[in-house]
Amino acid sequence: MNKENLDLKVNIGGVVLKNPVTVASGTFGSGREFAEFIDLNRLGAVTVKGVSSIPWKGNPAPRIAETYGGMLNSVGLQNPGVEELIKNDIPFLRQYDTKIIVNIAGKTIEEYCDVAEKLSHADIDLIELNISCPNVKEGGVAFGIDARMAKEVTREVKRHSKHPVIVKLSPNVTDITQIAKAVAEGGADGLSLINTLLGMAIDIHRRKPILANVVGGFSGPAIKPVALRMVYQVAKAVSLPIIGMGGITTGEDAIEFILAGATAVAVGTANFRNPRATMDVLDGIKEYMLNNGIKSLDEIRGIV
Amino acid sequence: MKEIKHVIVLENQMIAPKMYSMALQSEEIVRVAKPGQFVNLYCRGEARLLPRPISICEINKEEGSINLIYAVAGKGTEEFSRIEEGETIEVLGPLGNGFMIDKSKKRNIVVGGGVGTPPLLELVKHLKGEIDVYLGFRSYPILVEEFERLGARVHIATEDGSVDFKGNVLELLKKENAVGDIIYACGPKPMLKAVAQWAASKNIPMQVSLEERMACGIGVCVGCVCKTKKQDEDDWQYKKVCKDGPVFWSNEVIWDE
Repeated sequence: MNKENLDLKVNIGGVVLKNPVTVASGTFGSGREFAEFIDLNRLGAVTVKGVSSIPWKGNPAPRIAETYGGMLNSVGLQNPGVEELIKNDIPFLRQYDTKIIVNIAGKTIEEYCDVAEKLSHADIDLIELNISCPNVKEGGVAFGIDARMAKEVTREVKRHSKHPVIVKLSPNVTDITQIAKAVAEGGADGLSLINTLLGMAIDIHRRKPILANVVGGFSGPAIKPVALRMVYQVAKAVSLPIIGMGGITTGEDAIEFILAGATAVAVGTANFRNPRATMDVLDGIKEYMLNNGIKSLDEIRGIV
Repeated sequence: MKEIKHVIVLENQMIAPKMYSMALQSEEIVRVAKPGQFVNLYCRGEARLLPRPISICEINKEEGSINLIYAVAGKGTEEFSRIEEGETIEVLGPLGNGFMIDKSKKRNIVVGGGVGTPPLLELVKHLKGEIDVYLGFRSYPILVEEFERLGARVHIATEDGSVDFKGNVLELLKKENAVGDIIYACGPKPMLKAVAQWAASKNIPMQVSLEERMACGIGVCVGCVCKTKKQDEDDWQYKKVCKDGPVFWSNEVIWDE
Protein backbone atom coordinates (compact mmCIF):
# COMPACT_ATOMS: atom_id res chain seq x y z
CA MET A 1 0.00 0.00 0.00
CA ASN A 2 1.24 3.51 -0.71
CA LYS A 3 -0.06 7.02 -0.18
CA GLU A 4 -1.80 7.10 -3.57
CA ASN A 5 -4.31 4.34 -2.93
CA LEU A 6 -5.44 5.54 0.45
CA ASP A 7 -9.12 6.39 0.37
CA LEU A 8 -9.40 9.72 2.17
CA LYS A 9 -12.75 10.86 0.76
CA VAL A 10 -15.44 11.88 3.20
CA ASN A 11 -19.05 12.88 2.70
CA ILE A 12 -20.52 15.81 4.60
CA GLY A 13 -24.18 16.40 3.87
CA GLY A 14 -23.87 15.03 0.36
CA VAL A 15 -20.72 16.99 -0.43
CA VAL A 16 -17.66 14.85 -1.04
CA LEU A 17 -14.39 16.22 0.33
CA LYS A 18 -11.28 14.65 -1.18
CA ASN A 19 -9.78 14.34 2.29
CA PRO A 20 -11.04 15.00 5.82
CA VAL A 21 -8.94 18.09 6.54
CA THR A 22 -10.50 21.54 6.67
CA VAL A 23 -9.93 24.57 8.88
CA ALA A 24 -11.80 26.15 11.75
CA SER A 25 -13.67 29.26 10.73
CA GLY A 26 -11.84 32.45 11.70
CA THR A 27 -8.38 30.89 11.74
CA PHE A 28 -7.82 30.93 8.00
CA GLY A 29 -9.41 34.13 6.73
CA SER A 30 -10.68 33.22 3.28
CA GLY A 31 -7.50 31.31 2.49
CA ARG A 32 -5.76 34.11 0.63
CA GLU A 33 -3.02 34.64 3.20
CA PHE A 34 -2.37 30.91 3.40
CA ALA A 35 -1.96 30.50 -0.35
CA GLU A 36 1.52 31.92 0.20
CA PHE A 37 2.34 29.10 2.62
CA ILE A 38 0.54 25.98 1.37
CA ASP A 39 -1.09 24.50 -1.69
CA LEU A 40 -4.79 25.10 -1.03
CA ASN A 41 -5.60 22.35 -3.53
CA ARG A 42 -4.51 19.84 -0.92
CA LEU A 43 -7.26 20.77 1.54
CA GLY A 44 -10.52 18.84 1.71
CA ALA A 45 -12.30 22.13 2.22
CA VAL A 46 -11.66 25.73 3.21
CA THR A 47 -14.01 27.05 5.87
CA VAL A 48 -14.06 30.82 5.55
CA LYS A 49 -14.30 33.32 8.37
CA GLY A 50 -17.79 34.00 9.71
CA VAL A 51 -19.82 36.36 7.58
CA SER A 52 -22.98 38.35 8.31
CA SER A 53 -25.58 40.01 6.10
CA ILE A 54 -24.05 43.46 6.62
CA PRO A 55 -20.47 44.36 7.67
CA TRP A 56 -19.68 43.94 11.38
CA LYS A 57 -17.03 46.12 12.98
CA GLY A 58 -16.03 43.68 15.72
CA ASN A 59 -14.87 44.28 19.28
CA PRO A 60 -12.24 46.73 20.57
CA ALA A 61 -8.60 45.66 21.07
CA PRO A 62 -6.94 43.94 22.84
CA ARG A 63 -8.68 40.99 21.26
CA ILE A 64 -6.00 38.38 21.90
CA ALA A 65 -4.52 36.88 25.05
CA GLU A 66 -2.16 33.95 25.14
CA THR A 67 -2.75 31.37 27.86
CA TYR A 68 -0.93 28.15 28.73
CA GLY A 69 -1.16 25.89 25.68
CA GLY A 70 -3.82 28.04 24.11
CA MET A 71 -5.24 31.49 23.59
CA LEU A 72 -8.29 33.66 24.06
CA ASN A 73 -9.85 35.79 21.36
CA SER A 74 -12.63 38.34 21.38
CA VAL A 75 -12.63 39.38 17.74
CA GLY A 76 -16.42 39.55 17.67
CA LEU A 77 -16.90 38.33 14.09
CA GLN A 78 -15.48 41.41 12.37
CA ASN A 79 -16.28 40.86 8.70
CA PRO A 80 -16.97 42.86 5.56
CA GLY A 81 -20.42 41.31 4.97
CA VAL A 82 -21.62 38.49 2.75
CA GLU A 83 -21.77 40.51 -0.47
CA GLU A 84 -18.10 41.41 -0.22
CA LEU A 85 -17.30 37.73 0.42
CA ILE A 86 -19.26 36.64 -2.65
CA LYS A 87 -17.60 39.29 -4.80
CA ASN A 88 -13.99 38.89 -3.68
CA ASP A 89 -13.30 35.71 -1.79
CA ILE A 90 -15.43 33.03 -3.42
CA PRO A 91 -13.99 33.58 -6.94
CA PHE A 92 -10.51 33.48 -5.42
CA LEU A 93 -11.16 30.17 -3.65
CA ARG A 94 -12.86 28.66 -6.68
CA GLN A 95 -9.52 28.73 -8.49
CA TYR A 96 -8.55 25.86 -6.24
CA ASP A 97 -9.70 22.27 -6.22
CA THR A 98 -11.17 22.40 -2.72
CA LYS A 99 -14.66 22.62 -1.28
CA ILE A 100 -15.89 25.90 0.15
CA ILE A 101 -17.68 26.05 3.48
CA VAL A 102 -19.04 29.45 4.48
CA ASN A 103 -19.56 30.13 8.16
CA ILE A 104 -22.56 32.43 8.66
CA ALA A 105 -23.41 34.65 11.62
CA GLY A 106 -26.45 36.65 12.60
CA LYS A 107 -28.11 38.45 15.47
CA THR A 108 -31.62 37.31 14.61
CA ILE A 109 -33.11 34.39 12.72
CA GLU A 110 -33.95 36.80 9.91
CA GLU A 111 -30.32 37.86 9.62
CA TYR A 112 -29.11 34.26 9.44
CA CYS A 113 -31.71 33.52 6.76
CA ASP A 114 -30.74 36.63 4.84
CA VAL A 115 -27.11 35.49 4.65
CA ALA A 116 -28.14 31.96 3.69
CA GLU A 117 -30.39 33.31 0.95
CA LYS A 118 -27.71 35.58 -0.47
CA LEU A 119 -25.35 32.61 -0.54
CA SER A 120 -27.87 30.44 -2.36
CA HIS A 121 -26.80 32.00 -5.66
CA ALA A 122 -23.10 31.84 -4.77
CA ASP A 123 -20.76 29.12 -5.93
CA ILE A 124 -20.12 27.49 -2.58
CA ASP A 125 -20.55 23.94 -1.26
CA LEU A 126 -21.71 24.09 2.33
CA ILE A 127 -22.99 26.53 4.89
CA GLU A 128 -21.79 26.33 8.46
CA LEU A 129 -24.32 27.92 10.77
CA ASN A 130 -22.50 29.66 13.60
CA ILE A 131 -24.74 29.58 16.65
CA SER A 132 -21.84 29.38 19.03
CA CYS A 133 -19.64 32.49 18.90
CA PRO A 134 -19.10 33.56 22.51
CA ASN A 135 -18.02 37.07 21.49
CA VAL A 136 -21.23 38.62 20.22
CA LYS A 137 -23.93 39.60 22.64
CA GLU A 138 -27.14 39.16 20.72
CA GLY A 139 -27.60 36.11 18.57
CA GLY A 140 -24.51 34.01 18.16
CA VAL A 141 -24.24 31.85 21.21
CA ALA A 142 -27.72 32.77 22.43
CA PHE A 143 -29.01 30.36 19.78
CA GLY A 144 -26.42 27.75 20.58
CA ILE A 145 -27.17 27.25 24.25
CA ASP A 146 -30.92 26.79 23.98
CA ALA A 147 -32.14 23.59 22.32
CA ARG A 148 -35.46 25.06 21.20
CA MET A 149 -33.84 28.12 19.60
CA ALA A 150 -31.07 26.03 18.05
CA LYS A 151 -33.66 23.83 16.37
CA GLU A 152 -35.69 26.79 15.17
CA VAL A 153 -32.77 28.68 13.62
CA THR A 154 -31.55 25.48 11.95
CA ARG A 155 -34.98 24.80 10.46
CA GLU A 156 -35.37 28.37 9.18
CA VAL A 157 -31.89 28.55 7.66
CA LYS A 158 -32.45 25.18 6.01
CA ARG A 159 -35.64 26.59 4.44
CA HIS A 160 -33.72 29.55 3.02
CA SER A 161 -30.57 27.77 1.92
CA LYS A 162 -29.96 25.95 -1.35
CA HIS A 163 -26.78 24.49 0.13
CA PRO A 164 -26.48 21.79 2.77
CA VAL A 165 -26.21 23.25 6.26
CA ILE A 166 -23.90 22.11 9.01
CA VAL A 167 -24.37 23.61 12.47
CA LYS A 168 -21.44 24.63 14.64
CA LEU A 169 -22.08 23.81 18.27
CA SER A 170 -21.02 25.61 21.41
CA PRO A 171 -19.25 23.71 24.18
CA ASN A 172 -20.57 26.20 26.72
CA VAL A 173 -23.60 24.09 27.58
CA THR A 174 -24.45 21.51 30.23
CA ASP A 175 -25.25 18.73 27.78
CA ILE A 176 -24.07 19.19 24.20
CA THR A 177 -25.96 16.09 23.02
CA GLN A 178 -29.27 17.85 23.76
CA ILE A 179 -28.34 20.69 21.39
CA ALA A 180 -27.01 18.22 18.81
CA LYS A 181 -30.28 16.27 18.85
CA ALA A 182 -32.35 19.46 18.56
CA VAL A 183 -30.31 20.66 15.61
CA ALA A 184 -30.64 17.23 13.96
CA GLU A 185 -34.42 17.50 14.37
CA GLY A 186 -34.22 20.95 12.81
CA GLY A 187 -32.86 19.32 9.66
CA ALA A 188 -29.11 19.90 9.89
CA ASP A 189 -27.03 18.03 7.32
CA GLY A 190 -24.03 17.84 9.61
CA LEU A 191 -22.44 19.22 12.74
CA SER A 192 -19.18 20.89 13.56
CA LEU A 193 -17.81 21.04 17.08
CA ILE A 194 -16.52 22.53 19.19
CA ASN A 195 -16.48 26.30 19.01
CA THR A 196 -14.35 28.05 21.63
CA LEU A 197 -14.84 27.71 25.37
CA LEU A 198 -15.63 30.88 27.27
CA GLY A 199 -12.52 31.98 29.16
CA MET A 200 -10.71 34.89 30.77
CA ALA A 201 -7.22 36.17 31.57
CA ILE A 202 -6.20 38.96 33.92
CA ASP A 203 -3.15 41.23 33.83
CA ILE A 204 -2.04 41.23 37.48
CA HIS A 205 0.09 44.36 37.05
CA ARG A 206 -2.70 46.49 35.64
CA ARG A 207 -5.25 44.51 37.67
CA LYS A 208 -7.55 44.40 34.68
CA PRO A 209 -8.76 41.78 32.20
CA ILE A 210 -6.37 41.45 29.25
CA LEU A 211 -9.20 41.40 26.72
CA ALA A 212 -11.06 44.67 26.18
CA ASN A 213 -14.21 42.56 26.01
CA VAL A 214 -13.29 41.04 29.43
CA VAL A 215 -14.04 37.45 28.35
CA GLY A 216 -13.29 35.58 25.14
CA GLY A 217 -13.16 32.27 23.34
CA PHE A 218 -10.53 29.80 24.56
CA SER A 219 -8.87 27.63 21.90
CA GLY A 220 -5.69 25.72 21.15
CA PRO A 221 -4.08 22.43 22.21
CA ALA A 222 -5.19 22.97 25.82
CA ILE A 223 -8.87 22.41 24.94
CA LYS A 224 -8.40 19.18 22.98
CA PRO A 225 -9.55 16.76 25.69
CA VAL A 226 -12.80 18.69 26.13
CA ALA A 227 -13.41 18.83 22.39
CA LEU A 228 -12.66 15.15 21.96
CA ARG A 229 -15.02 14.19 24.76
CA MET A 230 -17.83 16.24 23.20
CA VAL A 231 -17.28 14.81 19.71
CA TYR A 232 -17.36 11.33 21.25
CA GLN A 233 -20.64 12.06 23.07
CA VAL A 234 -22.31 13.69 20.08
CA ALA A 235 -21.21 10.93 17.68
CA LYS A 236 -22.92 8.41 19.97
CA ALA A 237 -26.07 10.53 20.23
CA VAL A 238 -26.79 11.50 16.62
CA SER A 239 -26.04 9.97 13.24
CA LEU A 240 -25.06 13.16 11.41
CA PRO A 241 -21.54 13.60 10.00
CA ILE A 242 -19.33 15.59 12.34
CA ILE A 243 -16.44 17.93 11.63
CA GLY A 244 -14.38 17.60 14.79
CA MET A 245 -12.19 20.43 16.00
CA GLY A 246 -10.56 21.82 19.11
CA GLY A 247 -6.80 21.91 19.54
CA ILE A 248 -5.91 19.73 16.56
CA THR A 249 -2.24 20.29 15.71
CA THR A 250 -0.99 16.94 14.40
CA GLY A 251 -2.16 13.91 12.46
CA GLU A 252 -2.32 11.99 15.74
CA ASP A 253 -4.76 14.55 17.14
CA ALA A 254 -6.92 14.19 14.02
CA ILE A 255 -6.92 10.39 14.31
CA GLU A 256 -8.15 10.69 17.90
CA PHE A 257 -11.14 12.71 16.70
CA ILE A 258 -11.87 10.21 13.92
CA LEU A 259 -11.67 7.30 16.38
CA ALA A 260 -14.14 9.26 18.53
CA GLY A 261 -16.54 9.43 15.58
CA ALA A 262 -15.64 12.54 13.57
CA THR A 263 -16.10 12.32 9.80
CA ALA A 264 -13.73 15.19 9.10
CA VAL A 265 -11.44 17.40 11.15
CA ALA A 266 -10.68 21.10 11.25
CA VAL A 267 -7.38 22.71 12.14
CA GLY A 268 -7.86 25.98 14.00
CA THR A 269 -5.53 27.84 16.33
CA ALA A 270 -2.59 25.73 15.10
CA ASN A 271 -2.74 27.80 11.90
CA PHE A 272 -1.57 30.82 13.93
CA ARG A 273 1.45 28.97 15.30
CA ASN A 274 2.30 27.22 12.06
CA PRO A 275 0.83 28.30 8.71
CA ARG A 276 1.58 24.79 7.39
CA ALA A 277 -0.33 23.05 10.21
CA THR A 278 -3.07 21.73 7.91
CA MET A 279 -0.48 20.00 5.72
CA ASP A 280 1.21 18.49 8.78
CA VAL A 281 -2.16 17.13 9.91
CA LEU A 282 -2.98 15.70 6.48
CA ASP A 283 0.44 14.08 6.12
CA GLY A 284 0.18 12.74 9.67
CA ILE A 285 -3.20 11.12 8.93
CA LYS A 286 -1.76 9.41 5.85
CA GLU A 287 1.27 8.22 7.74
CA TYR A 288 -0.90 6.71 10.47
CA MET A 289 -3.01 4.93 7.84
CA LEU A 290 0.06 3.54 6.10
CA ASN A 291 1.72 2.45 9.32
CA ASN A 292 -1.42 0.70 10.48
CA GLY A 293 -2.57 -0.83 7.19
CA ILE A 294 -5.72 1.28 7.03
CA LYS A 295 -7.13 1.84 3.54
CA SER A 296 -10.11 3.94 4.47
CA LEU A 297 -10.86 5.99 7.55
CA ASP A 298 -14.26 4.24 7.63
CA GLU A 299 -12.37 1.29 9.14
CA ILE A 300 -11.61 3.22 12.31
CA ARG A 301 -14.26 5.93 12.47
CA GLY A 302 -16.10 5.94 15.77
CA ILE A 303 -14.79 2.56 16.86
CA VAL A 304 -13.86 3.85 20.32
CA MET B 1 6.23 29.02 -0.64
CA LYS B 2 6.80 31.06 2.51
CA GLU B 3 7.59 29.16 5.66
CA ILE B 4 8.87 29.46 9.19
CA LYS B 5 12.66 29.06 9.13
CA HIS B 6 15.07 27.85 11.74
CA VAL B 7 17.84 30.44 11.73
CA ILE B 8 21.08 30.77 13.66
CA VAL B 9 21.31 33.25 16.51
CA LEU B 10 24.60 35.08 15.94
CA GLU B 11 24.39 37.23 19.02
CA ASN B 12 22.02 37.67 21.94
CA GLN B 13 23.11 40.04 24.67
CA MET B 14 21.69 42.36 27.27
CA ILE B 15 22.07 46.04 26.35
CA ALA B 16 20.07 47.57 29.21
CA PRO B 17 18.02 46.16 32.07
CA LYS B 18 15.51 43.72 30.52
CA MET B 19 16.54 44.80 27.00
CA TYR B 20 18.32 42.45 24.63
CA SER B 21 19.90 42.71 21.22
CA MET B 22 19.65 39.61 19.04
CA ALA B 23 21.29 39.10 15.64
CA LEU B 24 19.85 36.46 13.32
CA GLN B 25 21.43 35.03 10.21
CA SER B 26 19.00 35.16 7.32
CA GLU B 27 19.96 36.17 3.80
CA GLU B 28 16.35 35.72 2.77
CA ILE B 29 15.00 38.26 5.23
CA VAL B 30 17.82 40.69 4.49
CA ARG B 31 17.08 40.56 0.78
CA VAL B 32 13.53 41.87 1.11
CA ALA B 33 13.25 43.58 4.50
CA LYS B 34 12.36 47.27 4.75
CA PRO B 35 12.57 49.67 7.68
CA GLY B 36 9.53 49.39 9.93
CA GLN B 37 8.79 45.75 9.17
CA PHE B 38 8.81 43.06 11.84
CA VAL B 39 9.40 39.33 12.21
CA ASN B 40 7.61 36.64 14.20
CA LEU B 41 9.77 34.79 16.69
CA TYR B 42 8.43 31.49 18.03
CA CYS B 43 8.89 29.88 21.43
CA ARG B 44 9.85 26.23 21.78
CA GLY B 45 7.07 23.77 22.49
CA GLU B 46 3.37 24.48 22.58
CA ALA B 47 2.90 25.93 26.03
CA ARG B 48 3.50 29.41 24.60
CA LEU B 49 1.73 29.06 21.35
CA LEU B 50 1.74 32.42 19.68
CA PRO B 51 4.58 34.14 17.87
CA ARG B 52 6.18 37.24 19.37
CA PRO B 53 6.22 40.06 16.81
CA ILE B 54 9.55 41.92 17.05
CA SER B 55 10.44 44.92 14.90
CA ILE B 56 13.58 44.85 12.80
CA CYS B 57 16.19 47.22 14.23
CA GLU B 58 18.89 46.85 11.59
CA ILE B 59 19.27 45.10 8.25
CA ASN B 60 22.92 44.21 7.73
CA LYS B 61 23.28 43.57 4.01
CA GLU B 62 26.96 42.65 4.15
CA GLU B 63 26.68 40.14 6.98
CA GLY B 64 23.35 38.76 5.77
CA SER B 65 21.88 39.28 9.21
CA ILE B 66 19.19 41.27 10.97
CA ASN B 67 19.30 42.84 14.41
CA LEU B 68 16.35 42.79 16.75
CA ILE B 69 16.08 44.59 20.04
CA TYR B 70 13.43 43.27 22.38
CA ALA B 71 12.30 43.83 25.94
CA VAL B 72 11.77 40.92 28.28
CA ALA B 73 8.09 41.46 28.92
CA GLY B 74 6.88 37.97 29.75
CA LYS B 75 7.73 34.28 29.64
CA GLY B 76 8.18 34.14 25.87
CA THR B 77 10.71 36.95 25.62
CA GLU B 78 12.34 35.62 28.80
CA GLU B 79 12.86 32.33 26.93
CA PHE B 80 14.41 34.24 24.00
CA SER B 81 16.81 36.02 26.37
CA ARG B 82 18.28 32.67 27.44
CA ILE B 83 19.12 31.55 23.88
CA GLU B 84 22.87 31.13 23.40
CA GLU B 85 24.83 32.21 20.36
CA GLY B 86 24.96 29.45 17.77
CA GLU B 87 21.56 28.05 18.74
CA THR B 88 18.63 28.34 16.36
CA ILE B 89 15.26 30.03 16.64
CA GLU B 90 12.14 29.80 14.49
CA VAL B 91 11.42 33.00 12.61
CA LEU B 92 8.92 34.16 9.99
CA GLY B 93 9.27 37.36 8.07
CA PRO B 94 9.65 40.08 7.18
CA LEU B 95 6.02 40.89 7.95
CA GLY B 96 3.88 44.00 7.69
CA ASN B 97 4.51 47.18 5.75
CA GLY B 98 7.39 49.43 6.66
CA PHE B 99 7.56 53.20 6.87
CA MET B 100 6.52 55.12 3.75
CA ILE B 101 9.78 56.97 3.34
CA ASP B 102 9.55 60.38 1.72
CA LYS B 103 13.04 61.38 0.62
CA SER B 104 11.83 64.79 -0.57
CA LYS B 105 11.37 65.95 3.02
CA LYS B 106 14.39 67.99 4.07
CA ARG B 107 13.83 68.17 7.83
CA ASN B 108 12.97 64.81 9.38
CA ILE B 109 11.79 64.40 12.94
CA VAL B 110 12.08 60.88 14.34
CA VAL B 111 10.38 60.12 17.66
CA GLY B 112 10.93 56.96 19.68
CA GLY B 113 9.66 55.80 23.03
CA GLY B 114 11.35 53.00 24.97
CA VAL B 115 11.22 49.67 23.18
CA GLY B 116 9.60 51.45 20.22
CA THR B 117 12.98 52.98 19.39
CA PRO B 118 14.70 50.06 17.54
CA PRO B 119 12.87 50.13 14.16
CA LEU B 120 13.72 53.82 13.84
CA LEU B 121 17.43 53.05 13.56
CA GLU B 122 17.07 51.26 10.21
CA LEU B 123 14.67 54.00 9.12
CA VAL B 124 17.21 56.75 9.80
CA LYS B 125 19.70 55.01 7.50
CA HIS B 126 17.26 55.59 4.63
CA LEU B 127 16.34 59.23 5.28
CA LYS B 128 17.78 62.18 3.40
CA GLY B 129 18.39 65.68 4.77
CA GLU B 130 18.43 66.81 8.39
CA ILE B 131 17.45 64.26 10.99
CA ASP B 132 16.49 65.06 14.56
CA VAL B 133 15.85 62.03 16.73
CA TYR B 134 13.83 62.58 19.90
CA LEU B 135 13.90 59.63 22.26
CA GLY B 136 12.05 59.07 25.51
CA PHE B 137 12.90 56.42 28.09
CA ARG B 138 12.02 55.59 31.67
CA SER B 139 15.67 55.74 32.71
CA TYR B 140 18.03 53.84 30.39
CA PRO B 141 18.49 55.26 26.88
CA ILE B 142 19.38 52.78 24.13
CA LEU B 143 20.88 53.15 20.64
CA VAL B 144 21.98 56.78 21.20
CA GLU B 145 25.48 56.30 19.75
CA GLU B 146 24.12 54.30 16.86
CA PHE B 147 21.83 57.16 15.84
CA GLU B 148 24.64 59.68 16.25
CA ARG B 149 26.95 57.59 14.09
CA LEU B 150 24.40 57.98 11.30
CA GLY B 151 24.69 61.75 11.56
CA ALA B 152 21.41 62.35 13.37
CA ARG B 153 21.04 64.89 16.16
CA VAL B 154 19.81 62.95 19.17
CA HIS B 155 17.69 64.52 21.91
CA ILE B 156 16.97 62.44 24.99
CA ALA B 157 14.29 62.59 27.65
CA THR B 158 14.16 60.29 30.66
CA GLU B 159 11.23 60.12 33.04
CA ASP B 160 13.46 59.99 36.09
CA GLY B 161 15.92 62.57 34.78
CA SER B 162 18.83 60.15 34.92
CA VAL B 163 19.97 61.20 31.45
CA ASP B 164 19.53 64.68 29.91
CA PHE B 165 16.01 66.18 29.92
CA LYS B 166 13.72 65.07 32.76
CA GLY B 167 10.25 64.44 31.40
CA ASN B 168 8.60 62.85 28.41
CA VAL B 169 9.39 63.12 24.75
CA LEU B 170 6.50 65.48 23.96
CA GLU B 171 7.70 67.93 26.59
CA LEU B 172 11.15 67.67 25.02
CA LEU B 173 9.80 68.36 21.51
CA LYS B 174 8.00 71.44 22.83
CA LYS B 175 10.95 72.67 24.90
CA GLU B 176 13.32 72.43 21.95
CA ASN B 177 10.78 73.96 19.56
CA ALA B 178 11.22 71.04 17.20
CA VAL B 179 10.60 71.89 13.54
CA GLY B 180 10.35 69.53 10.62
CA ASP B 181 8.54 68.55 7.43
CA ILE B 182 7.63 65.03 8.50
CA ILE B 183 7.57 62.91 11.66
CA TYR B 184 8.20 59.18 11.91
CA ALA B 185 7.36 57.69 15.31
CA CYS B 186 7.22 54.43 17.19
CA GLY B 187 6.47 53.88 20.85
CA PRO B 188 3.69 53.32 23.37
CA LYS B 189 0.24 54.38 22.21
CA PRO B 190 -0.25 57.19 24.78
CA MET B 191 3.03 58.75 23.60
CA LEU B 192 2.06 58.40 19.93
CA LYS B 193 -1.32 59.94 20.63
CA ALA B 194 0.20 62.93 22.40
CA VAL B 195 2.83 63.51 19.70
CA ALA B 196 0.18 63.08 16.97
CA GLN B 197 -1.91 65.84 18.54
CA TRP B 198 1.14 68.09 18.69
CA ALA B 199 2.02 67.23 15.06
CA ALA B 200 -1.52 68.05 13.97
CA SER B 201 -1.35 71.42 15.73
CA LYS B 202 1.87 72.15 13.81
CA ASN B 203 0.51 70.75 10.53
CA ILE B 204 3.35 68.26 10.25
CA PRO B 205 2.43 64.94 8.60
CA MET B 206 3.28 62.01 10.84
CA GLN B 207 3.63 58.26 10.48
CA VAL B 208 3.19 56.04 13.51
CA SER B 209 4.24 52.45 13.94
CA LEU B 210 1.69 50.74 16.19
CA GLU B 211 1.84 47.71 18.42
CA GLU B 212 -1.05 45.46 19.43
CA ARG B 213 -1.51 41.96 20.82
CA MET B 214 -1.32 39.61 17.84
CA ALA B 215 -2.04 35.96 17.33
CA CYS B 216 -0.78 35.19 13.83
CA GLY B 217 1.09 38.23 12.44
CA ILE B 218 0.00 37.37 8.88
CA GLY B 219 -3.39 39.05 8.69
CA VAL B 220 -5.60 36.09 9.45
CA CYS B 221 -6.74 36.19 13.06
CA VAL B 222 -7.99 39.82 12.98
CA GLY B 223 -6.78 40.15 16.55
CA CYS B 224 -4.37 43.10 16.36
CA VAL B 225 -6.68 45.86 15.25
CA CYS B 226 -6.58 49.62 15.54
CA LYS B 227 -9.47 52.00 15.01
CA THR B 228 -9.08 54.07 11.84
CA LYS B 229 -11.06 56.65 9.89
CA LYS B 230 -12.52 55.52 6.60
CA GLN B 231 -11.45 57.59 3.63
CA ASP B 232 -14.01 60.12 2.37
CA GLU B 233 -16.60 58.77 4.75
CA ASP B 234 -17.89 59.77 8.13
CA ASP B 235 -17.30 56.27 9.41
CA TRP B 236 -14.54 54.17 10.96
CA GLN B 237 -13.20 50.65 10.77
CA TYR B 238 -10.79 48.36 12.56
CA LYS B 239 -7.66 47.79 10.50
CA LYS B 240 -5.13 45.04 11.12
CA VAL B 241 -1.89 46.30 12.64
CA CYS B 242 0.08 43.34 11.26
CA LYS B 243 -1.12 43.43 7.67
CA ASP B 244 -2.45 46.94 7.04
CA GLY B 245 0.28 48.45 9.24
CA PRO B 246 2.14 48.42 11.50
CA VAL B 247 2.82 51.92 10.10
CA PHE B 248 -0.15 54.24 9.63
CA TRP B 249 -0.54 57.95 8.95
CA SER B 250 -1.35 59.47 12.33
CA ASN B 251 -4.39 61.35 11.00
CA GLU B 252 -5.95 58.05 9.96
CA VAL B 253 -5.79 56.62 13.47
CA ILE B 254 -8.60 57.19 15.94
CA TRP B 255 -6.83 57.53 19.27
CA ASP B 256 -9.72 57.10 21.69
CA GLU B 257 -8.96 53.49 22.70
